[in-house]
Amino acid sequence: MKPAPFAYVRPSSLSEALTALGEDPDAKVLAGGQSLLPLLSMRLAQPSRLVDINGLPDLDHVDVTDEGVRVGALARHSAVLASAEVERVQPLVTLALRHVAHATIRNRGTTVGSVVHADPASELPAVLALLGGSVDVEGPRGRRTVAAEELYVGPLETSLSHDEIAVEAFFPALGPRSGVAFEELARRHGDYAMAGVAALVEVDGDDVVSASAGFFSVCERPTVVDLTCAEDPGEAALAELEPSADIHASLDYRRQLVRVLTPRVLAAATEHARRRAHG
Amino acid sequence: MAEVFRDDLHDVTLHVNGAAHDVRVPARRLLSDAIRHDCGLTGTHVGCEHGVCGACTVLLDGRPVRSCLMLAVSVADAEITTVEGLGGDDDSLGPVQQAFAECHGLQCGFCTPGFLTTITAGLRENPTPTREEATEMIAGNLCRCTGYQNIVRSVLRAAEIQAGEQS
Amino acid sequence: MTTRLFGQRVERVEDQRFLRGRGRYVDDVLVDTHAGTLHAAVLRSPHAHARIVGIDVEAVLDLDGVHAVWTHEDLPGPMAEPLPLLIPHPALTHGRTQHALARDEVNYVGEAIAFVVAEDRYVAEDAVDLIRVSYEVLPPVVGIDAARAATCAVHDDVPDNVGARMEQRNGDAPAAIAAAPRRISLDLMIERSSCQPMEGRGVVSRWDPDTSRLTVWSSTQTSTGVRGCVAARLGLDLDQVDVITPDVGGGFGVKINHPWPEELLVPMAARALGRPVKFTEDRREHFISSAHERGQVHHVEVGFDDDGRVLGLDVMFWHDHGAYSPYGLIVPIITATQLLGPYKPGAYRVRFESLFTNTVMVTPYRGAGRPQGCFVMERTMDAIAAELGLDRAEVRAANFIQPDEFPFDHGLVFQDGRELEYDSGDYPASLHKIKELIGWDGFPALKAEAAAEGRRIGIGLACYVEGTGVGPYEGAHVHVETSGKVKVAIGLTTQGQGHATVFAQIVADELGVPLEDVEVVSGDTRRMPYAVGTFASRAAVMSGSAVHLAAKAAKDKALRIAAEALEADVDDLEIVDGVVRVRGTDASLALGTVAVLSNPLRYAFDEASKLATQFVVGDPGKPPVAEDDEPGLEGRDFYSPQRATFASGMHAVIVETDPDTAEIRILRYAVVHDCGNIINPMIVEGQIHGGVAQGVGGALYEKMEYDESGQLQNASFMDFLMPYVTEVPGEIEIDHLETPSPLNPLGIKGAGEAGVIPGSAAIAAAIEDAEGIAITSMPISPSDLFALRSRKETP
Repeated sequence: MKPAPFAYVRPSSLSEALTALGEDPDAKVLAGGQSLLPLLSMRLAQPSRLVDINGLPDLDHVDVTDEGVRVGALARHSAVLASAEVERVQPLVTLALRHVAHATIRNRGTTVGSVVHADPASELPAVLALLGGSVDVEGPRGRRTVAAEELYVGPLETSLSHDEIAVEAFFPALGPRSGVAFEELARRHGDYAMAGVAALVEVDGDDVVSASAGFFSVCERPTVVDLTCAEDPGEAALAELEPSADIHASLDYRRQLVRVLTPRVLAAATEHARRRAHG
Repeated sequence: MAEVFRDDLHDVTLHVNGAAHDVRVPARRLLSDAIRHDCGLTGTHVGCEHGVCGACTVLLDGRPVRSCLMLAVSVADAEITTVEGLGGDDDSLGPVQQAFAECHGLQCGFCTPGFLTTITAGLRENPTPTREEATEMIAGNLCRCTGYQNIVRSVLRAAEIQAGEQS
Repeated sequence: MTTRLFGQRVERVEDQRFLRGRGRYVDDVLVDTHAGTLHAAVLRSPHAHARIVGIDVEAVLDLDGVHAVWTHEDLPGPMAEPLPLLIPHPALTHGRTQHALARDEVNYVGEAIAFVVAEDRYVAEDAVDLIRVSYEVLPPVVGIDAARAATCAVHDDVPDNVGARMEQRNGDAPAAIAAAPRRISLDLMIERSSCQPMEGRGVVSRWDPDTSRLTVWSSTQTSTGVRGCVAARLGLDLDQVDVITPDVGGGFGVKINHPWPEELLVPMAARALGRPVKFTEDRREHFISSAHERGQVHHVEVGFDDDGRVLGLDVMFWHDHGAYSPYGLIVPIITATQLLGPYKPGAYRVRFESLFTNTVMVTPYRGAGRPQGCFVMERTMDAIAAELGLDRAEVRAANFIQPDEFPFDHGLVFQDGRELEYDSGDYPASLHKIKELIGWDGFPALKAEAAAEGRRIGIGLACYVEGTGVGPYEGAHVHVETSGKVKVAIGLTTQGQGHATVFAQIVADELGVPLEDVEVVSGDTRRMPYAVGTFASRAAVMSGSAVHLAAKAAKDKALRIAAEALEADVDDLEIVDGVVRVRGTDASLALGTVAVLSNPLRYAFDEASKLATQFVVGDPGKPPVAEDDEPGLEGRDFYSPQRATFASGMHAVIVETDPDTAEIRILRYAVVHDCGNIINPMIVEGQIHGGVAQGVGGALYEKMEYDESGQLQNASFMDFLMPYVTEVPGEIEIDHLETPSPLNPLGIKGAGEAGVIPGSAAIAAAIEDAEGIAITSMPISPSDLFALRSRKETP
């Protein structure tokens, strides 16, 4: 289990990085590497060139404003998780990050890397999608913002083109009358979930104005379902989802987890929203 | 299948346990291999090479990372600490190492370096862990021998030893 | 008096180097830069069953850094023959073993086809990728059902895929069952798992042309076994081959099988290339080319009376042997015999078929067939209790062999070819202890309370007996140096069990020396060429006894020499803190000095040795070394018992199952353990902890997932779910019982494997109790439990 050979460049500016990436259609970006390195060592990925962006300046920011949380491409999960400001402005990011692998992986893995790796089993894509976040991307054609709903194309597949680098993820702030909750079920603590749900609920007084849930490890893509009017949120969600089976969870079981987790998480998010709304 | 080409070699200085090691490595050289084979520090062990077992955990600027999930070329500017760097200058055992000896926290010893580095950093962040926090601290490392019972005890005992040394 | 160390919680001496990162594991030997070590990689079959039509290695030879590549047709002489069938058995009529490199056909994904040696492992893997093999893919046989159906054959010349059929009986079980007032039958299954030590296999070898000697370092459980195979296959005299077992990062059984192809290929390459060669197995290779175990399907017929006494027990089972059977029938024979546990059925018959499948071969994994046997017997006990509406513990008690019935002969033949005769035990006492420890009698009230809160909890109990310390023998060599330091060599190998500590305890006690003066070396054929290996929980019993005997021999000699030098009677001497003293006087002699005197010298090499030179000591009227004596203060002895000694124990567990998600959580786990006299309780408890964790893994998490084409779906630590700390019980409650074995001088029984044996049985029972659903197959995941619930609701 050793990587196949590749050329390695460690640019010191974004433009150098984009050039290095653009020159080689088989090049890949290395940020935290916590998903990429196993693929390299198993030779499931054999890029001809790695563009290591860890030397780029000014990309490890975790900027928090009233608008939301902006996470730079080199900010490690652990840095985002450690930020009390992040938790204050968008607690769902913090809730989700606690479930991303183990602490040692979070020390190196990047939040933006996780967002654009687009693993349907991972937490952050679903969170980004649920919150209506976006990713800022630099490329030969300049900078653009890609909304989460346009980002996820398929398993491990985004709408970014090969010569683009995701430089920042944006998680919108939680509204004053909104609440969030997060739950996942994994075989072992720290594993990819057998199913996971994040919920976002907005209330007006005691009434729920909107309710939606983001699902991961259920279908081939992170999927957001509007459950505002759902009487039976579990079944309503299942009507919109196409769960798949794997060695850890049968189709029926995965459906059961959606049935169980969805109402639980919605209830918790509603409760959270009410607490916030009542100040 | 991609055509295999000759590796370009890179000159890298790895800073390990306070010493500089000048090594010439291909880009694909995993940090775990560089530490073991190029620096000759074989205390760091390789158990899975896909980042799950934690045996290869070293401290990178004080924080635990999987050395099998890093490339040697990408860490030239960082300070690395391996198990060999956890004791005192006089070859004495550090608090975590002492606790493992007292509590029978190891059997075959293969996963141990990863636990020792992880716990050393963990106790720096949280010097007085509860049992639950001690468990969480080691939750990302696999051990096949001990059933973890005595490793959790070792974490708590190390915290005591450390507190005793500091008071 | 020095405190006796036997029975004390002595801290481990080996930890000092491990904790400093100074362990020396096989991949640490001849570490690259200066040694010029070359590295090997293996091309492995991507198909479960295929004929090899052609192999093209041309591209490899053009690759920079590649030194050599071998396929089967390049293997010289005996290297080209099938690997040895290590443990032949008359019932194994169709034993098959693989070649070091596949010849013509591959029978599992992972079977070795070509062997490449290159400058480093990276380049060796590049080279492997460049080898072109053309295959004619054959239909694979995957799983016990497919093997039994036998629509395809794994081996053309093995009819119905049956490698062995075997039967043992004591009495007429079918007749006893037919005549019994009550009868039930059960179908029970355990799935495949594997050892997964944190360190995989590994071999390093160096040929020394100056001395014509080969040194092999292997991460093995038997250095003498490897040595014998290497010498035979490489055409060397045994005397030319040294096998050294360095520190080993866990074994759990998989490293007792030998020779692995690489254990022959690496030395062959080192000799051919004149450079040291190293092979370090990676984790994926470990999953697909190192042995698995556990996969068995069982059918039970049992007849019993109204008190739950078993009158007749008839078991038929099917053992998945994988593609080859190098380790013979050890695993199914152990299931067949150890299934009986602490019970004495009126009549017993057991039959099994050992089946070939196109999967990784099967050899013992900690417990070695016992977890399956225990599962079968204990599930049967629970089923009898359920049928009769009796307490599960009572039904067990009704079937126990009683303390006054030892030695108890089951009338069967055990895995070592000897009678299955239990030496000692006290099962009623164990049951009493485990019931107290877990609060068995109070549990129904707890369960009712939980139910009132909408929670489901259940309790389970499982008992086992484990034959430990099988022969043929182990030996020890004890050498007192003139410094007074004591060097001990044992032949079997160590993988983390603390042998260097427990055997030092025994020697220190016997010789009267401080523990820190004793150094134990294991698994080095230069130091102890006669040895068997570490398996069957035998190290403490076998080597412990041998060490005790060898130390006693050294002590007897020391006293004899000292008595002469001190002009005292041997019976008046004692050794305390490394000094021989005449009791009640000031006369004394350091043990090191005794060592000096033991070796009559012509030449003094230091100040102390002057004492032993020819003008200083010796009776001119006698030869300097008596006719029946040898120079040096040494003791060497071997221990070879007539049969195994039988340890036992009971586990009880309380689980909670989630009514919605079917998650299974262990609330309490209790163990009562009887391994005879305990040398070091700290170490025994550590063995139990580790065994229990593996038992929990085997019950709830670990399972080899093969698809129909014979691809292993979960060949990584991401998907083969070994427990982390978060998956094992927070506390394992342990109580000991010490029923000494009458068979060995220290009264020891083995302790290494016990912890894992009853895990699946106890946890299945607890889940069944919580859910009211029969649990007949393990491991069980939340997804599985959910499926069982659904089946119950919509049958």
